Amino acid sequence: MYAYLQILIPLGLLLLGWTVGTLLETAHYRRIRRREGQHHHVPVTTERRLWNPELPIAESRMVRGQVVVSVDYFKRFLAALRTLFGGEIHSYSSLLDRGRREALLRMREQFPNADVFLNLRFETSTISSGAGKALGTVEVLAYSTGVRYTEAMRPPAVPDPSSEE
Amino acid sequence: MITTNIETVPGRTILEHYGIVQGSTIRAKHLGRDIAAGLKNLVGGELRGYTELLQEARDEAYDRMVEQAEEMGANAVVNVRFATSSVTSGASEILCYGTAVLVQ
Repeated sequence: MYAYLQILIPLGLLLLGWTVGTLLETAHYRRIRRREGQHHHVPVTTERRLWNPELPIAESRMVRGQVVVSVDYFKRFLAALRTLFGGEIHSYSSLLDRGRREALLRMREQFPNADVFLNLRFETSTISSGAGKALGTVEVLAYSTGVRYTEAMRPPAVPDPSSEE
Repeated sequence: MITTNIETVPGRTILEHYGIVQGSTIRAKHLGRDIAAGLKNLVGGELRGYTELLQEARDEAYDRMVEQAEEMGANAVVNVRFATSSVTSGASEILCYGTAVLVQ
């Protein structure tokens, strides 16, 4: 009986991680794409200078967005397998992609009427359960300086082609 | 207090530099959140408890930096950076630093 449990419990967790994890990820990506459509017209750049510095500026301030995301049990298992053979861990790339895009969106939402975001920086850190045991959990921070031009000087808004999907 | 992470404050002229200001905090996660996060870890996704924890920590570090700048008589902090380091297992230090300046 005990031997059965030892096999069944991890198998059940793998199945749970795979099904629920995939569902949650799909839902998250749908949310990310919808919100990205809303913010699509505002440029975010790693450039430190404004392209048209002669325009009068109404407001500029630093904004940041952060998120802690983790992979599911199934993906963690795949990653553990991968470390036996080496090579790219595909199951973790969606984790970092989700984290970065979510953090970026949260940053944008801090300054919804900005016209441009300058000097975007990403910072990623691992969260461990102690004694260096990595959990497959990362924290992503995105920060930049949002700039809003004086109302009359605003460049015309570009219509968003991706909002109707 | 205006803060930016570039060398200038767009639209304003910097009149005076006061030097480096910084704020930091060291936080440990607590057990309740750890258990919730452990369960959430099975299915993946956002760990809200940890997000909040780190957000609070960053706000705290940022506020301390701003406080220091105010004491110097500055009205803006430019070139603000964040840094994170794990001090011991289960605890991390959040550092926020920048240059205090006086703008128009």
